[in-house]
Amino acid sequence: MSEKYTLPETVTCEKCKGQVSGKDMAENMYICPLCGKYNKLPARQRIASVTDSESFKEFWSGASTDDPLRFPGYGEKLDKSKKASGENEGVVCGTAKIGGNTCCIFVMEPKFMMGSMGSVVGDKLAALFEYATRRRLPVVGYAASGGARMQEGMVSLMQMAKVSGAVKLHSDAGLFYTVCLTDPTTGGVTASFAMLGDMIIAEPEALIGFAGKRVIEQVTGEKLPEGFQSAEFKLENGFLDAIVKREDQRKFMSDMLSLHSAAQRRRR
Amino acid sequence: MDAYEKIKCSRKAGRPTSKDYIDAIFTNFTELHGDRRFGDDHAILGGVAWLRDMPVTVIGIEKGHSLNERMYRNFGCVLPEGYRKALRLMKEAEKFRRPVVCFVDTQGASCGHDAEKRGEGQSIAENLYELMTLKTPIVTVMAGEGGSGGALALAIADRVWMLENAYYSVISPESCASILFKDPSRVSEAAENLHLFADDLKELGIVEKVVAEAAEFTPEQTKKMTEGMAAELYLTLKKLLKKSPAKLTADRYEKYRKIGRYEEIGIKNV
Repeated sequence: MSEKYTLPETVTCEKCKGQVSGKDMAENMYICPLCGKYNKLPARQRIASVTDSESFKEFWSGASTDDPLRFPGYGEKLDKSKKASGENEGVVCGTAKIGGNTCCIFVMEPKFMMGSMGSVVGDKLAALFEYATRRRLPVVGYAASGGARMQEGMVSLMQMAKVSGAVKLHSDAGLFYTVCLTDPTTGGVTASFAMLGDMIIAEPEALIGFAGKRVIEQVTGEKLPEGFQSAEFKLENGFLDAIVKREDQRKFMSDMLSLHSAAQRRRR
Repeated sequence: MDAYEKIKCSRKAGRPTSKDYIDAIFTNFTELHGDRRFGDDHAILGGVAWLRDMPVTVIGIEKGHSLNERMYRNFGCVLPEGYRKALRLMKEAEKFRRPVVCFVDTQGASCGHDAEKRGEGQSIAENLYELMTLKTPIVTVMAGEGGSGGALALAIADRVWMLENAYYSVISPESCASILFKDPSRVSEAAENLHLFADDLKELGIVEKVVAEAAEFTPEQTKKMTEGMAAELYLTLKKLLKKSPAKLTADRYEKYRKIGRYEEIGIKNV
């Protein structure tokens, strides 16, 4: 794990509001020991939970947005997010091993402006897929995002196009990409790389959707049934390959990487 | 006009809709229906036509004019089957190396239970993914409202043209004002800060050409404008058709790749 990540003393469970020590939360992969709720996992913790120890090598950790539209109030929000998350931007990228399989990995940081996708997130993801294409590596991803980042306006919307394009070129090269959707995966991220994996899995009860529930109720006056944007709803309707528990994800990723690298060897 | 007046202009009744552009610019338009998967979304009007001596595939997001038309068109809010219909038609165009021309005019993709159930996010994602390497020229005209991902799904193009009073934005200025400024009345300020008009977007490398509008859309003015668009569209597509498919798609990717690019992020710096 990176030295810049410090475990918080206590963590308040998102659901039962119980106080749990940071150490207990981390050991339990941020699944609340009191009520079982899947709390949002900080990106560094996620990497530690899924990759082989000491195998993660980070890329572009210092990159920070240049605020392309000079949007009012954005600078202060960025400063706050940097403090709250300990990260410089909303996604952590690099290479790692999972069960001995080398791969590229990206993990979105839910505490950095809700994991929203601005130009740095888009640029890091596009560059990671390009690197993976060049080195013929598979990509493992973790999505967690409120969608496009409003403060970067159309520059942020264009990241959906850019990253989807980079994923397409990686796929056309015959390479494997799997993504896990975590709570929440919405908006422009759902409408781009989150839905473009060869295999798409999700965590139990994760919120996955395009438009936010409040927005839909406002626009359509429709009263929405409970859980209609849950991972379970998405699985039932054919948009996910599987729902995989947090403690089983390392094995899932490792198995799928092994299986695909065996197929890759056969192709050559 | 202040920014919000311009936004209102992009939504004004009587402004030409995609169907009006299609009727004015092309000949022998034949509408083709359905996504071959689920249904036929009336918010997408698509088919084949001629642009002078050039066969083309034409796809528009259609809002309609009268209330009945607007209801029939779901107010230009496209459902997943609409994006899938558009993609189906574009794939058919690719097979015969026929250029694709899209017209975008939508407040945003449809949202609601049906849209989520049938995968609105997935259908938009698939369009972005497939259009990036579609081996035939694509020109998209942003004609009125360009509402976020719902507009982008038809705007992965070699050339994006935009009408002077159209807007293209990640979020509606109204929502931006209430979410970020916590004050719905600051909508003009939100619109300005979002840089959502053609001139700004051209500067950002998102739009290639700004199409001038007359003060009023009288039949004569509209005719003059669409004649100009037809002539330029023909030349543009002729030029794009000369590129090899590999060059065409590489240039298209590079165009989007450049937007929000950072020196320190890249394969060199790992």
